[in-house]
Amino acid sequence: MSGFLAAAIVAATPLLFATLGEVIAEKSGSLNLGVEGMMLMGAVIGFTVAYGTGNPAAAMIAAFAAGGAGAFIFAIVTVSLQANQVVTGLTLTIFGSGFSSFVGDRMIGQSVPASVLKFFAPIDIPLIGDIPFVGSVLSGHDAFVYLGYVMVIVLSIYLYRTRAGLNMRAVGENTAAADASGVNITLYKYAHIIFGGGLCGLGGAYLSLVTVPIWQADVVTGRGWIAVALVIFASWNPIKAFFGAFLFGALSILGLRLQSMGIHISQYLVDLFPYAATIVIVIIGTHKNRKEDLPPGNLSEPYSRENR
Amino acid sequence: MTATPAIRMENITKSFGSVTANDGINLTVYNGEIHALLGENGAGKSTLMNMLSGIYRPDSGSVRVNGEPVNFASPRDSIKKGIGMIHQHFKLVDVMTAAENIILGRRGGFFTKEASLIKRIADISDRYGLDVNPRKKVYEMSVGEKQTLEIVKVLYRGARILIMDEPTAVLTPQEIDGLFRIIRNMKEQGCAVVIITHKLNEVMEISDRITVLRRGRSVDTIRTEDVEIPALIEMMVGRKVDMKIRREAPPVEGKELLRLDRVTVVDSDRKVALDGVSFTLNTSEILGVAGVAGSGQKELCETIAGLQSAEKGRIFFDGKNILGKSPREIIRLGIRMGFIPEDRLGMGLVASMDIVRNIILKEYQGQKGIVLKRGFGAEKARGIIERLDIQTPNLTTPVSKLSGGNIQKVLLGREIDSDPKALITAYPVRGLDIGASYRIYDLLNEQKSRGVGVIFIGEDLDVLLELCDRVLVLSGGKITGIVDARRASKEEIGFLMAGGTHMRGGGGS
Amino acid sequence: MIFPFMAIKRDDIPKKRAAVIRISSVLLSLLFAGVVLLFFDLNPFVVFGTIIEGSVGSAARIQQTIVKAVPLTVASLGVLVAFKMKFWNIGGEGQIVMGALAASFVALNFGDVPRPILLPLMAIAAVAGGGVWALIPAAFKAKMGTNEVIFTLMMNYIAIKFVTYLQYGPWRDPASKGFPKIPNFSDNGLLPSLFGIHIGWIFALILVVLVYLFINYTKKGYEIAVVGASIDTAKYAGINIPSVIMIAMFVSGGLCGLVGMIQASAIEKTLVYGISANYGFTAIITTWLARLNAVAVLFVCVAFAMLLQGAAFIQLAMNVPAAVAGVVQGVLLFFVLGSEFFLRYRIRFTGRGSLAAKARGARKNPSADGQRGGEVYETGKIDGESSADERTCGETSADGEEAR
Repeated sequence: MSGFLAAAIVAATPLLFATLGEVIAEKSGSLNLGVEGMMLMGAVIGFTVAYGTGNPAAAMIAAFAAGGAGAFIFAIVTVSLQANQVVTGLTLTIFGSGFSSFVGDRMIGQSVPASVLKFFAPIDIPLIGDIPFVGSVLSGHDAFVYLGYVMVIVLSIYLYRTRAGLNMRAVGENTAAADASGVNITLYKYAHIIFGGGLCGLGGAYLSLVTVPIWQADVVTGRGWIAVALVIFASWNPIKAFFGAFLFGALSILGLRLQSMGIHISQYLVDLFPYAATIVIVIIGTHKNRKEDLPPGNLSEPYSRENR
Repeated sequence: MTATPAIRMENITKSFGSVTANDGINLTVYNGEIHALLGENGAGKSTLMNMLSGIYRPDSGSVRVNGEPVNFASPRDSIKKGIGMIHQHFKLVDVMTAAENIILGRRGGFFTKEASLIKRIADISDRYGLDVNPRKKVYEMSVGEKQTLEIVKVLYRGARILIMDEPTAVLTPQEIDGLFRIIRNMKEQGCAVVIITHKLNEVMEISDRITVLRRGRSVDTIRTEDVEIPALIEMMVGRKVDMKIRREAPPVEGKELLRLDRVTVVDSDRKVALDGVSFTLNTSEILGVAGVAGSGQKELCETIAGLQSAEKGRIFFDGKNILGKSPREIIRLGIRMGFIPEDRLGMGLVASMDIVRNIILKEYQGQKGIVLKRGFGAEKARGIIERLDIQTPNLTTPVSKLSGGNIQKVLLGREIDSDPKALITAYPVRGLDIGASYRIYDLLNEQKSRGVGVIFIGEDLDVLLELCDRVLVLSGGKITGIVDARRASKEEIGFLMAGGTHMRGGGGS
Repeated sequence: MIFPFMAIKRDDIPKKRAAVIRISSVLLSLLFAGVVLLFFDLNPFVVFGTIIEGSVGSAARIQQTIVKAVPLTVASLGVLVAFKMKFWNIGGEGQIVMGALAASFVALNFGDVPRPILLPLMAIAAVAGGGVWALIPAAFKAKMGTNEVIFTLMMNYIAIKFVTYLQYGPWRDPASKGFPKIPNFSDNGLLPSLFGIHIGWIFALILVVLVYLFINYTKKGYEIAVVGASIDTAKYAGINIPSVIMIAMFVSGGLCGLVGMIQASAIEKTLVYGISANYGFTAIITTWLARLNAVAVLFVCVAFAMLLQGAAFIQLAMNVPAAVAGVVQGVLLFFVLGSEFFLRYRIRFTGRGSLAAKARGARKNPSADGQRGGEVYETGKIDGESSADERTCGETSADGEEAR
C-alpha cells in the first residue's frame, strides 16, 4: 500500500506543478489553456539542458524559463493585445508541442546523464518516513517532489496572507476595481502568467527528467489538460490542488496496480479512467455554492481601462 | 478665494472614436469647497472626472493639483496626489472583506497584517463618523454599506480631494441625509469635494459652487447662492424647458389587468428577493415602483415576464394564471405583454446585431417554415425608426453603435409595435438626456391613454410622483406601501423605501 | 510608469486598412518564424520555398493538399456552428473519432451492401456518432451549465482511448498476424474519386454553402446567434435555450463525425485510433481565423492544408521534422491573433513634450520648460488616419458609463 502511495506521488507531481501554475494564472484573471504546450516546452528544454550540461539545477531553471517564455507569448497576445484567451491558449499548445517535437527530434531515445539522475534520486527524511501511510507520502521522494510541497505552502501563504497576493486576487476578481485602487494591472497579469507558465514548465521537466528519464516525443500526453480541470476541482486553492493532483496520480497508476493484483482489464480502458474522472470532477464543480469557490469574477476577460 | 485651487483643469479635451466627450472644459475647485458638477447624461461629467482619477487620459489640456502640473497615466498616480474617486458603479471586490478592499493596491509590509489594519480603519471611521465592519464581505453588504466602504477606502488613502459620481442615485432620502453629513464633515476638515449629479434639489442643498456642462463643454461656473433651479436647467439643456411631466387623466375607469397574488421569489443566491408580493395593475394606468436598488425590482419584472421562477404565488393576466410559464408559453397563450428590461443591451436587445434582427427578436418564432424572413422585419424597422425618430446611419448598423436614447427607442419601439396590453418598464430613462427622457414619458402616456397598463420602475422620486398614477414601494422584497401619486410626498415614499410600513391610506388596492 | 503611447478604440475600420493590417501580420509572422528557423540553422527561404513547392509544386501535390483541406474544412464548419453559439467545442477530435467508429461499424458489418446504399448509411451513422458524442457535453451544459471546454476536451481522449482499445482488442484483425489493425473495409465502403481526389471535396464545397445558409438565413441559425450573443436576451425572447444548444451541438458534432467517415473510408480504408490527425484541434484555429464565416473557412483551410502538406514534404525533402510546421503555425497564429488588436484600436503616441517634438513625430521628448500638459499627437507610423469615417448618430452619447 505504501508503495502505491509513493508511486501515486510520483505520478501526481507533474500534475501538481501544472495545476499550481494554472491556479496562479487563473487567479490573476487569465485562463491559459496552453498548459500542455508549456509543459512540453519545459520538458524538452529541461531535458536538453540536463543532457548538455549534466547540471540538474540548470535543467530546472531552464525548464522554468521555457514554460515562462511560452507564457510570456500568451501574455503579450492576450493582455497587451487583448486576443481571445481560449484560442491563444490552444495556439500555445500547438506551438509548444511543435516546438518540443522539433527541438527534441535529435534526442529521441537519449537518456538523462547520471549526475542528474543521482540528484533526483529519492531522499529519505529520518523519523517522518517511519510514520505509516503519511510517511510514504512525506518521505522517500526526490528533491523535485519536495519542491512541489514547498510550492503548495508558499503559494497558499502568498495568495491569502500577502499584499501582493491580495492585489493579484483582486485583479482576477474585479480588474476594474483593482485598477481604480492603484494596482498595476499589466504588471500583475504578466508576472503571474509568466510565473504560472514557469511552474507548468517544471511540471513538464519532471516527466522528462524523473518519470521517464529518456527523451520521447509527446511526453505530456494530455496531463496539461487534466491540470486545467484540476484547477476547477481545487476551487483555485493550492492546498486543494495538492489533493486533487494526488488523487489523479493514484488514478493514473491504478491500472498497473489492478493488473498486478491479478485483475485483468485492458490497459487501454484503464487509461481512459483519469479522463472520465476529470469529466466527473467538472460536473461536480458546477455545483459550488460558496462564492469563494467560484471562478475568479473576471476570468478570461480582456481588460482595457478605457473600454466603455 | 485667492488660495491655490485644489484642482485646476484647463481646456480639457477627450474623444472616444468619433465622439467628443469633453471639448475644452475648464474646472476649478478649491479646498474646503463642495463643488457640484452638473449636466445631463452624456454631458461629459464622468469622463472629465475619470481623467482626474487617472482612468482616462486627456487628449489635450492641462491638469494642476494644488498648483502642481500633473499627467496621470493610471489611477495610481492620481491616488498619490491625494485624489479619491467614488465611482457610480462601486469598484469593490465582492468576495473580499471590507478591510481587504481598503488596503487593495496600497504599498506597505509584505504581509497583510489584519489586526493593526482593523484598528486604523476604526480610527478613520470614528473621525468622520462612518460605520463600517472591516470583516464583512462585500457581497453581504447593502448598497449603503458599500458606499460607506468606498468612502472609508478613499479616506484611508489620505485623499484630500474627493470625487463622487452620482452618489445619491442608489440611496434612500434618509441615507442621502447621512451622506450629506459626511460630505459636510469632510469640507470642514478642509477637503475639496466634487459631486456629480443631475438632481437639482441636491445640488442646491449641498454645494457651494456649481459647474454646468453641456454636450462636452463647460457652460459656466456659478455660486450656488446666486442661482435658481430654472436657470440651472436652462444652462444644462441649452433652452427653456418645462419641467412638468404630463400626467394623462385615464380616459376610462381602469379594469383589472394584471394581479399578483402573494408571489415569493428566491434568487440564485438563495436569498428571498420577493416576499409575498400582492398588487393589481389596472388598464389605463401607470403604476410606479419605487425602492432602493436591489429591493426586488428586477425579480418583480422578470417574474411577471416569465423569466424568473417563483417559489409560490399566482400571477393573473386577464384572469389567466401565467406564473411558471416561460416567455414562449406566455406568447402562445395570446398574452400581449411588452417588457423593457433594465439591461437593454444585455437582455432586451442583441447588441452586436442590426436593428432589423433586433426588431424581429420576438416575432420570428411566429413565422412559418425554417427560413428567416428578413424583409418583413426591415419593413417594420423602417416604420419604427420613422415613428420614434430613431437616429441611425442605416438598417444594418449594430444597435450597440447607437446612442443610449436611440437604443432605448429601438427597444421600446419594438415592444409597443407588438400592441401590448401591459408594458413593464425597468428604469426606462436611465442614462438618457432630458429630451430623450421626456420623449419616453410621452410614449408611456400615449400607451396609457390607449388603455395599456404600464409598470414603471423608477429611481427618481420626483418623476415617479409626477408621471405615475400610483406608486408601489418595495423594501427588501416586500411591498411596504402603495400610495396615490397625486397625494403622496417624497418623504413618505422615502420612509417606505427604508422599510417603514404604511403611514396612512394611499390609493392602495 | 508612463507608456509613450496609448490605444484608442476605433469606431470602424475601412476594409482596405483591415486587409493591410492582416496581411502585414502574416508577413511579420513569416519574418519572425524565419528568425526562429535561422536560430536552428535552417535557411528560412529554403524552408518556406520547400513548403510551397511541396504543397502546390505538382498535380499530385495539389491533390494531396486538397485531400488535407477536405477534413479540415468540414471539421471547421462543425466547430463554426458551435462557436457561433459561443460554445467552445474543443471536442472535434473525439467527434471525428466517434463518427469514424460508427461509420466503420456499418462498413465492417454490412460490407456486402451495394455501395450506393452502404456509403449513405455510413455517412448517416457517422453524423449520428459524432453528433451523439457532442450531445453528451451539450446536455450537461444545457441542463447544468457545466463548463464545456474541459468536458469536450476530455471526451476526445476517451474516444481515442476507446478506439485504441478496440483496435488492440475486440476489433483486431486476426488475419493481420500480430499487427494491431482493424480489418479493411470492403470496396463498397470506400469513397469513389473524381479528378483523382476522393469525392469528399464535393461534400466539403456543398457543406460550406449549406452551413453559410443555415447560419445566416434560417430561424435556427438566428437562434444560435442570439444564444451566442446573450443568454439573457435569448431567454427574454422566449428561445428554448437547451434545445438550441442541443441542436447546434448535434450539427457541430455531426459534421465532425462526417469527417471521421471521410477519413476512414477514403484515406485509411479502415478505422485507426489516430484517424482524427489533429484536424479537430486545427479546425478551432481555422474557424477563429475565418471569423466564424463559412466561406472564409474554406480559404483559411486551404491555406492551412498547404502548410500541413508542405511540412510533410519538408520532412522528406530536407530531413527536417514535420513538427517545424507546428512551430511555424504557432508563430503565424500568435501574430494573426495579436493583429486583431490593431483592427480594433488605433495606436497613438503620446508625448509629454513640446510642439517641436510633435513636428518631429518623436515618441518621447522630455520637454525643456517642464510643462507636462499631456499633449497628445499622432504619428502616421501605425495608423495615420484619424477616424475619417466620422459618423453622427443624432444625439451622440458621450459619457462613458452613462451611455447604457
